[in-house]
This record gives sequence, C-alpha cells and structure tokens, in this order.
Amino acid sequence: MGKMEKSVMESGSETNLAPCGMPDLRVQIGSLALRNPVMTASGTFGYAREFANLVDLDRLGGIIVKGISLQPKPGNPPPRIVETACGMLNAIGLENVGVDRFITGKMPYLRKLSTPVVVNILGDSVEEYSEIARRLDGAEGVAALEVNISCPNVKKGGVAFGTVPEMAARVTEAVRRFTTLPLIVKLSPNVTDIVLMARAVADAGADAVSLINTLIGMAIDPVSRRPRLANVIGGLSGPAIKPVALRMVWQVAQAVSLPVIGIGGITTAADALEFLLAGASAVQVGTANFYDPSAAENIVQGLNDYLQEQGEDRLVDIIGTLKTGTD
Amino acid sequence: MSEFQQKCSILGRDRLAPDVFRLTLQAPKIAAVAQPGQFVMVRVVDGLDPLLRRPFSIHRSFADGSISLLFKVIGKGTAMLARRCVGDELDVVGPLGNGFEFSDDRPVCLIGGGMGIAPLLFLAEHLHSTGRATEKDHVLLGARNKDELTPLADEFSALGYTVQLATDDGSIGHKGFIPDLLDFVLPTVEQVYTCGPHLMMENIVRQCQQAEVTCQVSLETHMACGMGACLGCTVNGKRGLVHVCKQGPIFNADQLEWSL
Repeated sequence: MGKMEKSVMESGSETNLAPCGMPDLRVQIGSLALRNPVMTASGTFGYAREFANLVDLDRLGGIIVKGISLQPKPGNPPPRIVETACGMLNAIGLENVGVDRFITGKMPYLRKLSTPVVVNILGDSVEEYSEIARRLDGAEGVAALEVNISCPNVKKGGVAFGTVPEMAARVTEAVRRFTTLPLIVKLSPNVTDIVLMARAVADAGADAVSLINTLIGMAIDPVSRRPRLANVIGGLSGPAIKPVALRMVWQVAQAVSLPVIGIGGITTAADALEFLLAGASAVQVGTANFYDPSAAENIVQGLNDYLQEQGEDRLVDIIGTLKTGTD
Repeated sequence: MSEFQQKCSILGRDRLAPDVFRLTLQAPKIAAVAQPGQFVMVRVVDGLDPLLRRPFSIHRSFADGSISLLFKVIGKGTAMLARRCVGDELDVVGPLGNGFEFSDDRPVCLIGGGMGIAPLLFLAEHLHSTGRATEKDHVLLGARNKDELTPLADEFSALGYTVQLATDDGSIGHKGFIPDLLDFVLPTVEQVYTCGPHLMMENIVRQCQQAEVTCQVSLETHMACGMGACLGCTVNGKRGLVHVCKQGPIFNADQLEWSL
C-alpha cells in the first residue's frame, strides 16, 4: 500500500472509503464497519504482530485475536497438532495470556492498526464470560467481541455452551449485559442442528454469528497404537472442512436475519466467494494463515478482481445471491 | 528480527545418499539476514496436500544470496520435496526462530547426528568466517553409514576442523554412537552445540551436565506456522511449556526437561 493511500485510510471518517473507480468492498456486521469482508480467524493469527513482517495488516478487513480467558492458560501437553489430508487437527487447549495481560501487553500494538480488532473470549462459566466482557468493554481499541462457545478442547463447560441452545443463549445474554460492543457468537459444527444454535443466540442478543469452529476429529499412529494428539481428540480445520462449513453457513444464513460470518478452509478468493454467495456477510481466513501468510491479503485482491470482472460496483450486492433451482 | 515470504528458485539439487538430498535455493532476502541455527518453512508443493509447510534448518547461507537445505526423505512432504527439480520455485518463509549463541575464544564441540548435521555446517562456516574457530574446536558427526556422512564430513574438514565420525554399521569411523566419542573430547571444550535424534541429544546433555560444560541444543517438532501463531510446537521446559518456533529452536539444555 502506498504512503498516500495509507494516510487517507487513517484519516478518521474516510477510513473505509474505497479508492476512486475501485469496487466497494465495505461490509457491515451490525454496527461494526469493515473496509472489506476478509478477517483473520481467532487462534490462527496470534495477536497479529506475529505476522507484521509478512502481511500488510492495514489491508485486512478485521483481525480476530487468539481466544482470551479470564486467567492465563498454559494449554495442553504436546503433541498438540497433526496434519491430516488437506487439513490439520489441533488440541492447543486455549493457551493464552489472560485478559489483563492482553489489555496491557497486546492492545497497545493492536490499537495502532487501522484495522478493527475483534477479541475472541472464552470461559468455563457464564460468570467468567461476563467478567471478561466487562473488562474489555472499556478497553480502548476493541472493535467487537466474538464469544467462543464452541472450542472442543476444554473439559468442563465449554462443550455444553456450544451444543445446548439454552446454555448458548445464557452465555450470550450474560455477555450482552456487560458490553455495548458488537457481539459475534462463534458456533460449533459439532451439533445436530446448527440452525437451532444460531436462532438461540440471535434471540439472546447476538449481533452476528460466525461459523464454523473446528470439527472434532482424531488420528492414530498404527505403529505405536497411540493417538497422535496428547489430548486424544482435537479440532479439524483446513480445506478438508470447507464443504461442511459452506453447507452450514448457507443453512444459517437462510434461517436468521443476523449477519453471518463464514469460516472453514478458506484459502483463496474463490473459496471466500462461495461463502459470500451462500449468504455470509464476511469471512474469516483461518488455517490458511499458517501455510500461506499472504492468503488473507491475496483474497482481498481476488475479491476486488472478481467484482471488476463481473461488473459489480459493490461487494454487498453479491452477498446471498446463490442461484438455486431454475432461477 | 525480520522474516520474509519468498518464491525461491531451486539452483541446485544434490543427492548425497539414496534418500538424502541437498537443495540450494535463490533466497537473497533470507540469506542476507540468516543466523546459524535459524530455520525456514517450506511449502513443498503449491497444492493443499500436504497442507502445511515443513520446517528445515538453514544448512548453509552464501554471500551470493543463496541458502541450502539438507533433508532425508522420511514422509510424504520430504518425498515430494525430493522430486522438485532445478528451476522449480518453492514458497519459503524465513529466517525464523532464534540462533545459536557464540562467544569468542571458547573451544567448542559441534555434534550432529543424521540430518541434525544440517544447522551445524552453517554454524561451523560462520565461526570460521568470523575468526571465532580455534584449533581446539571439535566436530563429531554420526549417521547410519559412510554414504550419508562422507560428503558432509569433508566440508567440515575443509574448514580446518578436527572431525570424528561414528556410524551405526562401522562403515566409517567409530562403530557405535557419538556419545561414546564425546567423553574424550569434553575435558578440552567449554561449549557444546548439538542437533540430532532426541535420544542422542539426551545422552549428550547428560554428559555435558556431568562435565559442567554448557550445551546448546537445536530442537525439531511438528509445527504449523513457525511464527508463534499456531502454538502447536510446544515442548516441556523447566518452567513450563515453551514454543520451539519462537523461544527456540535453539535452547540452552538447562532450559528444558530431559527424561534421562
């Protein structure tokens, strides 16, 4: 990005203005305005600074930081990751610095970026979620919260919040009471009917839903006859899960009026377009950040090129324009 | 420290043994700042399977802007990498991680087992070119057999190092393991650098502790990003879990938990 362009981006009200003659990539997630729909998914982009040498962070639509808990968490014992066909399993165990050290140690860097920073939060109890939300509500530079009710790796509580509609609603209501920030709830795919979960959190006050988190999976080493992850099971991510994620995003987008953020195996602009056409208002790039740090930036460029080729002026005009049946 | 994502042309591909390869890559940005002990993450093919980059120690770094990687074919990723040809481009991220620490005028011993020899040649060349190498330095190298060892051993010897070899089959040097050789060398050195199979390093660390010689180890683990984001590459440290990609891959041996 050129220097002049950057100074325009940083000048207050013009922050999201598209350069003249270029397609308008702006999207709106509740009251959260994004310059483009490409965000980086929680747990795949650290606290953003890790990528600063490789990625122009100011070109991204949004940055969602590593999930934050009330107290620091050391995470699971190794091994924590294993590669699978077109994907990977992880059981990191929510390792993070805790909300207080996040605010004092990580936010000073993040708030200097022109890109909105969304903080992913997680807890073992409704009270913990509320307390984290309360501490982040006054923190300068936090653009929105993403409530992680869906991480499959914590032993107590976490799974129930993500799989029982009433529990998901209770967490959402509790966080809603303690924050005025836009509230995104991140849904688990490890449920019988994800539409029920989406409706539950929508009714409980969520401003948007993001989906999907990882699918629970497993891998075994036949020689040692041991699981390849110390945690035995872990979350599957990467291109392998994209068709499942796309199907769920499509179902949820039809069922709720909230903005939907699509996540799952997105590597290219074509992948992102599939989710946008299925009804997602924005997307998150996750595992791709690991194998191609430039993926998110390339997707922004690819969406721009697609709109120009299709003769579309505004990205919002293609959201949910999937053609089914005979139309 | 700064790292780069670069498309790197393969300038050279040497087969050192039936399943051991050395690739030389045009990587000017990486070569300009690489320190001995650092690593790169390589995408072996452009497709999605295998999905993740593979970490490789920087084996050599040259003033002409090229770097070398040394690897053995052990799985799908390395098998695909071995089939890449001169002229192909590889997507490389690096240099990553910390590097070895070194000081002047301390006699050192470099100990490499198998592919663990890779970062030690870069270290040896760096010590040599910066005037830190001394006549009291030692190099101990181990591998399965002569074929795997000879071309590499010759490169250390060419720098003037005293090189001792150990092979599993006795086809060259001592028949047995490197730790057998180390007892004779340890009294004469003040710093050990080692990289190789975990069991070998555990034995070396124990010997160094007994002799009160400091030891730096280079660790290898599975990792998805190499940049501190995935948090997948943890190992047990003395004060809790540590991340190999950021806090390592080089550790002082007393930072880590060893099972022996």
